[in-house]
Amino acid sequence: MTLPMGRALRDVFGQTVTELASNDPRIVMLDADTGSSTKADIFQKAHPERFLQMGIAEQNMLGVAAGLATTGFVPFVSTFVAFAVVRPLDQIRVLIAQTGLNVKICGGYAGLFTGVTGKTHLIVDDLSIMRAMPGMVTVAPADDIEADQVLRWAASYYGPVYIRLVRDATQRLFDEKYEFDPGRAVVVRDGCDVTLVSTGTQTPRVVDAAELLVARGIQAQVLHVPTLKPLDVPAIVAAADLTGLVVTVEEGTVIGGLGGAVAETLSEHRPTLVKRIGLQDVFGESASNDELLELYGLSAARVADQVQAFIEARASAHHALGAS
Amino acid sequence: MTTTAQDQEISQLEEVARRIRVGVIRGVNKAKAGHLGGPLSAADILAALYFHIMRVRPAEPTWPDRDRFILSKGHSSIGLYSALAVRGYFPVEELLTFDSLGSRLQGHPDMTRLPGLDMSTGSLGMGISAGIGIALGTRLAGRDSRTFVMLGDGECQEGEVWEAAFLAPRYHLDNLIAIVDHNKLQQYGWPGAGPEDRLPPAWPGELVAKWSAFGWRVLEVDGHDMAAVVRVLEEATVGDGRPVAIIANTIKGRGVSFMEGRYYWHTRTMTDEEFATAMADLGEPVITAGGAA
Repeated sequence: MTLPMGRALRDVFGQTVTELASNDPRIVMLDADTGSSTKADIFQKAHPERFLQMGIAEQNMLGVAAGLATTGFVPFVSTFVAFAVVRPLDQIRVLIAQTGLNVKICGGYAGLFTGVTGKTHLIVDDLSIMRAMPGMVTVAPADDIEADQVLRWAASYYGPVYIRLVRDATQRLFDEKYEFDPGRAVVVRDGCDVTLVSTGTQTPRVVDAAELLVARGIQAQVLHVPTLKPLDVPAIVAAADLTGLVVTVEEGTVIGGLGGAVAETLSEHRPTLVKRIGLQDVFGESASNDELLELYGLSAARVADQVQAFIEARASAHHALGAS
Repeated sequence: MTTTAQDQEISQLEEVARRIRVGVIRGVNKAKAGHLGGPLSAADILAALYFHIMRVRPAEPTWPDRDRFILSKGHSSIGLYSALAVRGYFPVEELLTFDSLGSRLQGHPDMTRLPGLDMSTGSLGMGISAGIGIALGTRLAGRDSRTFVMLGDGECQEGEVWEAAFLAPRYHLDNLIAIVDHNKLQQYGWPGAGPEDRLPPAWPGELVAKWSAFGWRVLEVDGHDMAAVVRVLEEATVGDGRPVAIIANTIKGRGVSFMEGRYYWHTRTMTDEEFATAMADLGEPVITAGGAA
């Protein structure tokens, strides 16, 4: 049994921010000519006077957002991750992170689901970059339910936030009773043999992988980490204490992102064997979503296989050690 | 205002500019670090802005209806600090903490530390974008604040400046006034005829042509003629639907004989003798531990 599909996070983005702006005149939307893709166009139809088209000029856009924030507005800056994070990175660093200004950077088309765009648009290291930036709250919601709550929370919080959003519909992890708690990780499946730590829209596939592992005699705990920064260190340490074996799974590079964060945390607080599943220091390429998930080992089946192999390799290593 | 009264005010602004320059020299000399050429070329414009044009309240630096100033050429920070100190935002003596550990007067303007700064800057090309954001924001909020942004002529080599230049006319931001401190030198630049010569960052007329081509209302001024600076700033604040770019022709290192027009005084440490000469050039007695030097 696999998790059902939810709404695409881009649709949630367009609808939720538009609704927020109906009740909060401080909210403005900045677009870099991708509004028809990111669904910022929903905002434009409802609030044309607060929809600010910046054109294809992203460095300027992030600077404009900083200026607007100083006048009391709450700018939601929206374009593809490639142009919301990587291209204007120095503007984010100097004008937004160093100032602590109240700008919400909404990176659309995150992860592998970029609409068959290839390596220029497929950003593998946005989480690594943003969580390394002092003062930048970094959030990757798992599904439509959580994305909606993250956006609502971000609007109420004063300070820079990076929110990772996805183009295509993904699976729904949570029900309507779920409450996003910023800075907190959440155990979404119990298990005692291994902990699978994941983030963003990869988490539902990891839950599916955990279900596949049951038939193979493996009970996996799944820890969802929506907030990469600030990181929920106690939750990660508690998971390591429980199972003693950790696998991180992320739709991005294993360097510096979730895998890096978990490895850093555990080597400092609770040395634990950690395997990192994700893109292994490579760029992406053009292919369908499912093909890319298979290629990079991120489909539920591929994750399950890698976790099983990891556990078996560790068991035989232990056996070899015990026999010697 | 009578001609005499006008002359008197211009004289007062010239004295303010002199005091700003003295603050620059003192601050940089104490820190043994910082920039000199750029702050000195900007001093007259800063005096006119903070003492004649801008609606600000030094005792209430976050006053929502204030005019804003962004020093996009953030490395000239000591010039802005000196102007703010002379204007009364903080004691002039604090200029001697410039660049030192724990100081509010960071090497580049840091709005999280020093009240009165409307934006943090220091990575070139960014201030003009933030200025557009403020101009949009104040207008959306229904305030009649004006936003002034000072750029360097070398800074205009940054691509972001032209992204911003492209956008501002589209939003008819006539509450946005960019001032290019056209001092004809940058830190290192391209070699000129002699060993100390450098080619200017822009050819004569080039900046006027470029900003005009992007749809800005362009005004040109001698950035050291105080009466002309005041006139052009007053003219700039009467909007006609276009953002305004003032190309201010200035001299790098203005006011200090041995620095004027010399690119290597962009940033350099003064010897004690050079410091004394600089202070003498500015008509300021040097007070040492033993009294006047």
